Amino acid sequence: MTTKIHETEIDVDAQVPLVRITRDFDAPPDKVFRAHTDPDLLTQWNGPRSLQMRIDHYDCRTGGSYRYLHIRGSDEFGFHGSFHEVRPSELIVQTFTFEGDPDGVALERITFTDLGDGRTRLIATSLVDSFAARDAFVASGMEIGVREGYERLDEVLASSA
Amino acid sequence: MTADPLSRVFAALADPTRRDMVARLAAGDATVNELARPYNVTVQAVSKHLKVLADAGLVSRGKDGQRRPVHLEAEVFDLMTKWIERYRREAEDRYRRLDDVLAAMPETATEGETPPTSTTHQKGSSS
Repeated sequence: MTTKIHETEIDVDAQVPLVRITRDFDAPPDKVFRAHTDPDLLTQWNGPRSLQMRIDHYDCRTGGSYRYLHIRGSDEFGFHGSFHEVRPSELIVQTFTFEGDPDGVALERITFTDLGDGRTRLIATSLVDSFAARDAFVASGMEIGVREGYERLDEVLASSA
Repeated sequence: MTADPLSRVFAALADPTRRDMVARLAAGDATVNELARPYNVTVQAVSKHLKVLADAGLVSRGKDGQRRPVHLEAEVFDLMTKWIERYRREAEDRYRRLDDVLAAMPETATEGETPPTSTTHQKGSSS
């Protein structure tokens, strides 16, 4: 166990279809914020490791928009959304749509809280419009189109009835 | 009630009393009376909680005559915690990469650098 690592916490809300991620960083809010808004920095850490990220545009300001692709071999998965409210080093509110499900949309809120001593607490929530969508989101581990978890649960539930 | 199985599991575990019951059952089967004992609630109230847990597939009732011990379906429980854990680990992986990015970043944005808020970037080869 490394003491410097602040393990990510996941909170799956039972009342509203949202997932909350909490993580502390050994960097001040302006830096953590910049790593979320500068496309060159973003591509260095965002997205699943197995996929390449290519940014089409990333205009992170209130009223701006973004689109990027995750690429695995010849498969391309597009994502886009709008930046609803952006306050430097404090807050990003954005929408998120997977282009494979163009009518679906998540509302995401990322807050950057100054913990002092050059540290920042990041809280990222994703709110979707149904529990089924939220749970698919969690069950997929944010990867695309992974549904075997549900099939497995169906099997387990069927056999334990 | 929401129809999909995972939502039922999450909803069932949203209640602290039910979470507590699940924790007790993880140590071994128990009767309804045994489960009711530590709480200031009636056996009826406990039965109601158990019905929610059973509907979610988290517990089952034994066929041992009158006792009908309550049994935790550990496999269903594990499956759910594994999903959340996998999701958590994905996020943790991502944020460890962000740790590295942050460590390599200069203290302040370089003077004259294009403001990140207005750039249109192409990363990698466009096929």
